[in-house]
Amino acid sequence: MSTASFSIWTTRAASATRRGGSVAVTLLGLLLLTFFIGRVMPLDPVLAIVGPDADASAYAQVYKELGLDKPLWTQFAIYLGDLLHGDFGMALLTGNPVITDIARVFPATLELATLAILFGVLAGLPLGVYAATHQGRAGDHVARLITLFGYSTPIFWIGMMAFLVFYAWLGWAGGVGRIGLAYDGLIPKHTGLLLIDTAWSGEWEAFRSALRHILLPAVILSFNSVAYISRMTRSFMLEQLSQEYIITARVKGLSQRRIVWGHAFGNIRVQLLTIVALAYGGLLEGAVLIETVFAWPGFGQYLTSSLLLGDMNAVMACVLLIGLIFVTLNLISDALYKIFDPRTR
Amino acid sequence: MNLPLASSAPGSATLPASSTAAMVASTLRLLRFLLRNPMTFAGLIVVATLMLVAVFAPWIAGHDPLLQNLAGALQAPSGAHWFGTDEYGRDVFARLVYGSRITLYIVLLVTVIVGPIGLLVGTVSGYFGGWVDSLFMRITDIFISFPSLVLALAFIAALGPGLEHAVIAIALTAWPPIARLARAETLPLRNADFVVAVQLQGASSTRIILRHIIPMCLSSVIIRLTMNMASIILTAAALGFLGLGAQAPLPEWGAMISTGRRYMLESWWLVAAPGAAIMLVSLAFNLLGDGLRDVLDPRSQS
Repeated sequence: MSTASFSIWTTRAASATRRGGSVAVTLLGLLLLTFFIGRVMPLDPVLAIVGPDADASAYAQVYKELGLDKPLWTQFAIYLGDLLHGDFGMALLTGNPVITDIARVFPATLELATLAILFGVLAGLPLGVYAATHQGRAGDHVARLITLFGYSTPIFWIGMMAFLVFYAWLGWAGGVGRIGLAYDGLIPKHTGLLLIDTAWSGEWEAFRSALRHILLPAVILSFNSVAYISRMTRSFMLEQLSQEYIITARVKGLSQRRIVWGHAFGNIRVQLLTIVALAYGGLLEGAVLIETVFAWPGFGQYLTSSLLLGDMNAVMACVLLIGLIFVTLNLISDALYKIFDPRTR
Repeated sequence: MNLPLASSAPGSATLPASSTAAMVASTLRLLRFLLRNPMTFAGLIVVATLMLVAVFAPWIAGHDPLLQNLAGALQAPSGAHWFGTDEYGRDVFARLVYGSRITLYIVLLVTVIVGPIGLLVGTVSGYFGGWVDSLFMRITDIFISFPSLVLALAFIAALGPGLEHAVIAIALTAWPPIARLARAETLPLRNADFVVAVQLQGASSTRIILRHIIPMCLSSVIIRLTMNMASIILTAAALGFLGLGAQAPLPEWGAMISTGRRYMLESWWLVAAPGAAIMLVSLAFNLLGDGLRDVLDPRSQS
């Protein structure tokens, strides 16, 4: 191995370590933040367990059992240790360990968000490319208006209006929940994703029911990502289209289609991948609202219903998990960039 | 295209008499450029209307927003009740009008809290660099690694629901991007000649940051704050909708949607009207922010 390539490898390793180190610090920060938010709550966790009628000795015992008599840093260390064992505490709402609850509700959100990001890409990409190739003309303005509405609309509201129109008035959509009541709980569980599970067991009636239920919330949830993806696509595309190789391609007499999709689009694929990863994380935020509107039994609804009950264990676990997903998606998008973009090597 | 904030055009030779006059002149110039774009103009009109409605609410509303009239509950929109009545017979239009005050209250309060905090953290971080910078930027990284609504939910879980707590929670989630921006603006200034000059004159760091750095960051921070207003409105409305923001009798738009939801299938106006108001106002702030950015930041123009 030559010295030159060796030095490249050491700098890469160094940057990876630095990157890894900063991620570790961020993760620790996430944990500290959720820990301290959990500490400042005005609710008394001891009272929640022993009840208001307990005598002082029972109170003191639970106080000790929860480790509240120890110094904060020890408590934080215990909190960390518990989390590393996957112990997020018990949920008041269901009486199960929080981690079990989350594992149960997570597939519903995963299914919804994945379908939504699919719509987001299918609508946002062409819209952005169209806007860029028709810059300053009517199509561009229409695209800009669509993005503006995507950014400005409260999605819980548009979700309710869509529910009203497409379910209550027109009867096209499937209503609240993930699947018709007739099929609820009858689908053998393979992946937890109903569309896949129903197809897997060949229950096509149930599949249709699940599809009718998921389409509307997924389309509504995708609103923000359509806006985000199309706006970013437009600006990446404009950057490419002003490059000299595009002029060369035009001079060569290539068709517009070849230039746009073959040349320019090929060069923005990597950037778009990172944008899609970030948009996917953003959908989790929307899911909290959309799941409440459509009574979708997922992660977001679990978070809000735990919140209204004052169940701190469940709330903090959910918040932490969303933070982790965000950081992971950021890491993945960074990694994708490094892998697919030769300039970063 | 001319830069609106650059020194006066060659034709107008007169120099402004004072710095105040210069500011007035540049503000006017800014306004003229803003009004040139019809979309920005529309945004400005809506925001101005919102402010007027909030100020003159008692004269515009026509009804008491809290006055119950059970006999006239859930009436469809009509001449007497433009947007119908809610489940207690309260006039929805009057509630919307008074709700504009709550919306503005949240937006302004959050902005007033977030602006100075973001500016201070960002400029101090950028000016001193070193471990101060690492520490502050690490903290902002942590806040940014949560989606803002989810982090706001976490703070509200700890603080308890309510309008003031919603404001605090939103402010806690909204300052990091401002700090990042202020830091980015500060970095090139740190070694600028004029800063070195005041350093050599013996000015303290506090004085340099307050008198020389912060004024240079103001315009981009103000744009960013304006662009943030739309998302503040949406987050506040979302918290209201989840029952964690403004509470029951208050005519907050998100909370109105939340209660109206129960009667939605028969009385659609209970949900349609406040939602449309939220969308209109957040759209207006987005248009205004876009316009401001186009005018003040020529790099973004394509």
